[in-house]
Amino acid sequence: MAQVNGKTDTSVDGCTIGAALERLGFDRARVACELNGEIVPRAEYDERALDEHDALEVVRFVGGG
Amino acid sequence: MGEGAQMGPLEQRIGRMARERLAKARIGIAGAGGLGSNIAMMLARSGVGHLVIADFDTVDESNLNRQHYAREHVGASKVDALSQQIHAVDPRVAMQAFRLRVTPQNARELFGGCDIVCEAFDDAQAKATLVEQLLSLTPGPIVVSGNGMAGIGPASEIVTRRLGSRLYVCGDGESDVDAGEVLYAPRVMLCAAQQALVAVRIVLGEE
Repeated sequence: MAQVNGKTDTSVDGCTIGAALERLGFDRARVACELNGEIVPRAEYDERALDEHDALEVVRFVGGG
Repeated sequence: MGEGAQMGPLEQRIGRMARERLAKARIGIAGAGGLGSNIAMMLARSGVGHLVIADFDTVDESNLNRQHYAREHVGASKVDALSQQIHAVDPRVAMQAFRLRVTPQNARELFGGCDIVCEAFDDAQAKATLVEQLLSLTPGPIVVSGNGMAGIGPASEIVTRRLGSRLYVCGDGESDVDAGEVLYAPRVMLCAAQQALVAVRIVLGEE
């Protein structure tokens, strides 16, 4: 079972990162994703499928600075 | 440090070892608005020797409620106004100030040589893009991002989180100017202070 932001989430197993983001309600233009501690370039979101050993960290950015 | 064996007031306060480490550090600041201007001043006061700052904008009167500028700076380029203020505090700080928009195309050239880069943009998409860009550089800088400091929520909501080996994210992660929340100096400065602090901690080997 893949981990998303530290929590087990079976709903994203087999999804690409892009599909997982959509399922979880993230806007892909406003996030940065780390897979197993490595940054994933946005261009690869639709290529890489999540498996049960993966840990995905999604940082959702908000406006203001 | 250009002052021989003499211990200056900063060295006396923080110690020669800490001062030497900080003086050698090269820290980038992407954006010189509410976060970036305050981060820059704090890093300069802390003894950081090299600052690389980029922002395309000029100071507007509406910035004065939270950004480190005064009435006399209105109309001036932010990076110029900031460089002037930093040198008024400590003329030894080596400043590389770029009046331009940071883009995916120039991010490496601007910040690739930095030990640490503080992301201090205001736009959420621009934040996401720059963080991704900087973390994709190998070797590349440690990235300290400011994320969520709008409104007047409690200070304790603003925290520093470490994600992976090269990313720290400071802020509440939730409050959003795009959802209509406004920016107040205390909370912007709390977030800026956490970014500056984590940068100093990294330089001094505490992270």
